[in-house]
Amino acid sequence: MLDATIEVNGLRKRFGPTVALDGMTFTVLPGQVTGFVGPNGAGKSTTMRVILGLDAADEGAALVGGRPYQTLHRPLTHVGSLLDAAALQPSRSARNHLLWLAHSQGLNASRVDAVIEQAGLHSAARRKAGGYSLGMRQRLGIAAALLGDPPVLMMDEPFNGMDPEGIIWMRGFLRSLATQGRAVLVSSHLMSELQDMADHLVIVGRGKVIADTSTRELLAAASGDRVMLRTSSVPEATAVLARAGAIVAADGDGTLTVSGLAAEKVVSLLGAEAVPFSEVSAHHATLEQAYLELTRDAAEFRAADADAGAGPPGPAGHGGTPASGPSAVSAQEIAR
Amino acid sequence: MTAMLTRPGDAVRAERDSFSQLLHAEWTKFRTVRGWVIGMIVGGLLIIAVNLIPGGQCGGMQANGQPGPGGPGCALTLGPTGQAVTDSFYFVHQPMGPTGNITVRVTSLTGSYSPGSSPGQRAASALQPWSKAGIIIKASTRPGSAYAAMMVTGSHGVRMQWDYTRDTPGLGGAVSETAPRWLRLTRAGDTITGYDSADGAHWTRVGIATLPRLSAAVQAGLFAASPGSSNVTSQSASGSSASGESTQATAAFDRVALRRMSPGSRWRGTSIGTGPNPGNQPRGGGYRQSGGTLTVTGSGDIAPKLPGGDGGTAGSVADTEAGTFAGLIAVLVVATMFITAEFRRGLIRVTLTASPRRGRVLAAKVIVLGAVTFLVGLPAAYIALLTGERKQHAGGISTYPVPALTEARLIVGTAALLAVAAVLALGIGAALRRGAAAVTAVIAVIVLPYFFAGPLSVLPAGAAEWLLRLTPAAGFSIQQAYPRYLQLDASYTPGNGYFPLAPWAGFAVLCLWAALALGLAGYLLRRRDA
Repeated sequence: MLDATIEVNGLRKRFGPTVALDGMTFTVLPGQVTGFVGPNGAGKSTTMRVILGLDAADEGAALVGGRPYQTLHRPLTHVGSLLDAAALQPSRSARNHLLWLAHSQGLNASRVDAVIEQAGLHSAARRKAGGYSLGMRQRLGIAAALLGDPPVLMMDEPFNGMDPEGIIWMRGFLRSLATQGRAVLVSSHLMSELQDMADHLVIVGRGKVIADTSTRELLAAASGDRVMLRTSSVPEATAVLARAGAIVAADGDGTLTVSGLAAEKVVSLLGAEAVPFSEVSAHHATLEQAYLELTRDAAEFRAADADAGAGPPGPAGHGGTPASGPSAVSAQEIAR
Repeated sequence: MTAMLTRPGDAVRAERDSFSQLLHAEWTKFRTVRGWVIGMIVGGLLIIAVNLIPGGQCGGMQANGQPGPGGPGCALTLGPTGQAVTDSFYFVHQPMGPTGNITVRVTSLTGSYSPGSSPGQRAASALQPWSKAGIIIKASTRPGSAYAAMMVTGSHGVRMQWDYTRDTPGLGGAVSETAPRWLRLTRAGDTITGYDSADGAHWTRVGIATLPRLSAAVQAGLFAASPGSSNVTSQSASGSSASGESTQATAAFDRVALRRMSPGSRWRGTSIGTGPNPGNQPRGGGYRQSGGTLTVTGSGDIAPKLPGGDGGTAGSVADTEAGTFAGLIAVLVVATMFITAEFRRGLIRVTLTASPRRGRVLAAKVIVLGAVTFLVGLPAAYIALLTGERKQHAGGISTYPVPALTEARLIVGTAALLAVAAVLALGIGAALRRGAAAVTAVIAVIVLPYFFAGPLSVLPAGAAEWLLRLTPAAGFSIQQAYPRYLQLDASYTPGNGYFPLAPWAGFAVLCLWAALALGLAGYLLRRRDA
């Protein structure tokens, strides 16, 4: 699938005094799910609208399969997108919504029935879309995106309003689309939603890319070489490991976090010194933690994030006053 | 997954295909929202519904509440080409054969109020601008029969008129003892030629009338007529009306010369059009002969007859489409929603994602909406014409006849008015993006000016006419059914169905507004982020 790429190159856009996009640059490759992560207001939706030719960028360009979206003939056969599941005429049935979309691409009703089946909407397809739950609207949006059997798929917050069962379905579904060789870009403001699904991550804040990395690398970097140790002899263990050059932090309750030594080395050192321990395990970071790690220095960034009510929970909220506002931190600081 | 286009012919075909796909998509969008389909049908029904309300009666109600029979006063006199005419005057005549001529000198034309006419607010002179007297060759004394006449008038100089609608000016200025007018009519078969002269020596041809299938034996002679005064014009909720008094004109003729008239004939005086039309009965008509001078006095008019100011004895064919504005409101709401609903829900982004070229999206919407509206409007306007005429006839009211082409224009024009107004609403909706604001705006610029200037007639005449010239409401001009005649002083007001612009000119004003709105909508749609 040669067409299955999205290239975003140096997008800049202002809405009045607000900088929405500040040199947004990344590439989405086929055969994998690319997570597009960042807090609300980071420019994810604006980027997607620019890719689809709905918003005009002040600078920069976005190409789909090497071409600007506006020049695509029967565009839904190139890119399937779901920006806003609520973008429906409430009095029109789901099937009729898909039908006019199909007609606009020269497709017929049999294709409509096929995507209704794929999205699991069969029983509700002839009901008015206005009566749909948000989760069902997301499924309808997925069906619309699949209508043209496109090599590129783009979803803005597709998990919003979905029940746990729906989220599991959506993850598996998007993964299977990527496995078929399609390029799949999925935005979310919650890292946890992308766990076990995204192969690649584009992490953004304040209109630009903070990190563009594979999920595996990000997790490895965040996990570092820390080891979790449970022992009844905290002072002895701390002394032994510190002598070997490790940084040891007591977490209380007989638990230590050891940095700078591999797990096997920790086991052999404690064995040699006959320090008792009940458990040693290598630490595995979650995506959530990796995300926090990545943005650890930008305390104000996280504060603004928390201010928006959408930031990651826990220690992210501790940094500084929440009133620092969007203009208080420079984009360079976030990027570092 | 996608075939690359390589040959230019393919690209052109693809363009055409994609636009027809776009039309198909917009049509699917329209027909799958039940409210819009119902709204359109309601619009069509509203146009007809007005005609299902029982209307006025001619001849009043009988004691038992049943409508009275359409009396003779409710019937229309029809002219040779089928249009309604007024044909009442005093005629002093003799028979004439297939050829011949008649020459007279007119030395005076004066006016007076008819005897028995109520003395109300009277103008200084009773002579009306279109009081007329002169010579006439007429197929018969039956009202509505073909004629050609040369005449002097109250303030329009010498005229040649024939068959009610035709009018050609001759010598200007008023007639008097010192400025007499010589008039001559010459018949050769179907052709009658009119001449005038100031001195009886130098003659000028004024016009040539062809009266098809004129019988060999006709009546020729002198006549006088004077229409009712129209010194009081009032505007009311039922339209403007002119109330006036009956007047009569008296003319003095001498040097009467007839060639090739039947030998031995004598003058006969006949009051034409008095029998079956009591409302327009000329009073006190007659003639007097002394020496070489013939003095003829007559009342009434020889002219086209038009709706308005006649007490509702006959109906306008345009009235059958009076429900148009009500239907239009429903159509405008649907037309506006067709685009603003997309903005409200963000659906416009889905539309523009499916069809990124925005001008083409707007064009497809215009074509689908315009076609749907036109195709709903066409049968609605046709049924309204039928039901409206049936309603008038049920009340004993005759409908002023119009040519078939005018009926066709009325039906097609009403449908076109609805369609173009819908397109205007679409343009305003696309520019404003909010349904309520756009519906309010579009009703304010088209329905309100029409309603206040037209049927309601609450505006001063000048303001009303300017509104109907400049606003999109000018499009209602397409529903004008009857022409204006210079030779008939009638109440040519919007309330009576006369607009300041000609039918197609007024329609063009509406089209211009629709084009402007679409241009603005297209510009904004392309410029704005969706």
